[in-house]
Amino acid sequence: MEITLAHYLFVAAALFTIGVFGIFVNRKNVIIILMSIELVLLSVNINLVAFSAYLQNLEGQIFAMMVLTVAAAEAAVGLAILVTYFRNRGNIAVEDINQMRG
Amino acid sequence: MNPMSDFSASIPLAYPELLLVVFALSAAMIGAWFKDKAFHALSILGVAAIAGAGVLAMYGPFAPVEIFQGAMVVDGVAVFSKVLIAFAAAATLALGADHFGRVNDKRFEYPVLVTLAVLGMFVMVSAQDLITLYVGVELQSLSAYVLAAWRRDDPHSSEAGLKYFVLSAISSGLLLFGSSFVYGFTGSIRFDAIAAAVNEGAGGVGLLFGLVLMLCALGFKMSAAPFHMWTPDVYEGAPTPVTAFFAAAPKIAAVALMARVLYEPFAAMEAQWQQVVMALSAISMVWGSIAALQQTNLKRLMAYSSIGNIGFALMGLAAGGDEGAASALIYMALYLPTNIGIFALILAMRREGEPAETVADLAGMAQKRPFMAALFTMLLFSIAGIPPFAGFIGKLLVFSAAVDGGLIWLAVLGGVAAVVAAAYYLRLIASIWFAPPAVQLQAPSGTIMVTATAAAVLSFPILVLMLGAVERWVDAAVRMSF
Repeated sequence: MEITLAHYLFVAAALFTIGVFGIFVNRKNVIIILMSIELVLLSVNINLVAFSAYLQNLEGQIFAMMVLTVAAAEAAVGLAILVTYFRNRGNIAVEDINQMRG
Repeated sequence: MNPMSDFSASIPLAYPELLLVVFALSAAMIGAWFKDKAFHALSILGVAAIAGAGVLAMYGPFAPVEIFQGAMVVDGVAVFSKVLIAFAAAATLALGADHFGRVNDKRFEYPVLVTLAVLGMFVMVSAQDLITLYVGVELQSLSAYVLAAWRRDDPHSSEAGLKYFVLSAISSGLLLFGSSFVYGFTGSIRFDAIAAAVNEGAGGVGLLFGLVLMLCALGFKMSAAPFHMWTPDVYEGAPTPVTAFFAAAPKIAAVALMARVLYEPFAAMEAQWQQVVMALSAISMVWGSIAALQQTNLKRLMAYSSIGNIGFALMGLAAGGDEGAASALIYMALYLPTNIGIFALILAMRREGEPAETVADLAGMAQKRPFMAALFTMLLFSIAGIPPFAGFIGKLLVFSAAVDGGLIWLAVLGGVAAVVAAAYYLRLIASIWFAPPAVQLQAPSGTIMVTATAAAVLSFPILVLMLGAVERWVDAAVRMSF
């Protein structure tokens, strides 16, 4: 069986959905949220590279490189904020992030 | 044009961005060397650099000129929004430097991060392809996460940073997923090529899916309901000068970026995006008004107020055409000084070194601090949209754009939402003038009073005189850009 564009798009859509569900359904740990965010960004990369190969156009691959770079920066900032949060609260359980409500 | 000559032709048009880059990098270097002793000097230089970038941006051309091989563009809308962003950011940076100096929280990274966020916004409003758009949005957001979590020892502040980071990262994911579909179904990341492909009828459901995802993500960045969940928590948890910054400059950048995305690459899909923008606008106006009624914390209340105000600006964009875009930009320009002024006064509300930021703390301000009370009243009248203040003129322009665009029901809904919103602003004014006085507030600092006075003056006498000129400027900017 030949692997077509639709197969790649399906894999990317499945990963994207798993990532989004991982963020909203998970009630335990913020680290899992960070992992889910990475999953979402990587699913976008699959999309971009698949389209790029299909269209015979390099722009998508350049975009994918930019996404990788920014995702690394984003993870660094996210972990740094998580560390300050942990120092203040002593845990990183998602259900405890509720000091402000209204 | 060959790459070298394109590059050298682009440099003069990118002077505002280059000034910000040079300042941010050298300030980070100076800060690393002199540590926090450099805070005051770097803050003053930062205000000068950002304001200077605004002045340089003013010299940009109104007719679109593409720079860096079509990655960015300088046109009327970019020029107008850059000027507004720069002055809003400079004013809020001055407030922040003054505040952090007083509470002895002098970390030199503050001006650096604000400058980088401003650079991100400049890139956003100039974006001419999907990569530039994404990089600009992320540069602004990454700086904003750190600023929200600025008080490392305060659980509220780090919680605000964490919430902002997680929710904003999801919206970046949506933006990218949408962008990848737009790229795949039109065959290009460049706005002009996307527009050409859309005109030829490319896309179909895949393109529409991409467009809707991108609009949801941009709605998140400008805190339009139903993507506003982060706004009240981040506004409440972040230190007040940071909240003032969030409430001013990034909103203009987001509205200008939204206008560009709607009117440049997707102009031919107006029938489709109009539905989405109308829905965002209606929900934001209604929810912004209703949810604010029961708030007791002033920063939280202003968060709902900003959601409602974004709804009004989106009404202008939903109306479509040059008039719609111009009315949304003027609305933001008029809303901006009022908002900064109100946050300056909230910043002034302190008692024995602790912030006193609830509605109850306003009580009897008229007797204890009459000048502050008068300024607060003027600004609240303006933001409530009571004539003849600036807020009223802004609302009038978006309403008439909506009526001209055939969205009469949206204008009527907006009118009702504005009346409900006026109720909670008037509740604050009633508390200032008629409630029995609370304990005396600390004397406000000079910087705060100058900023608030300037904002109040801009919200009524000066702006009403200059309104014709501002309108002509924006009309020309929009006409020549889109």
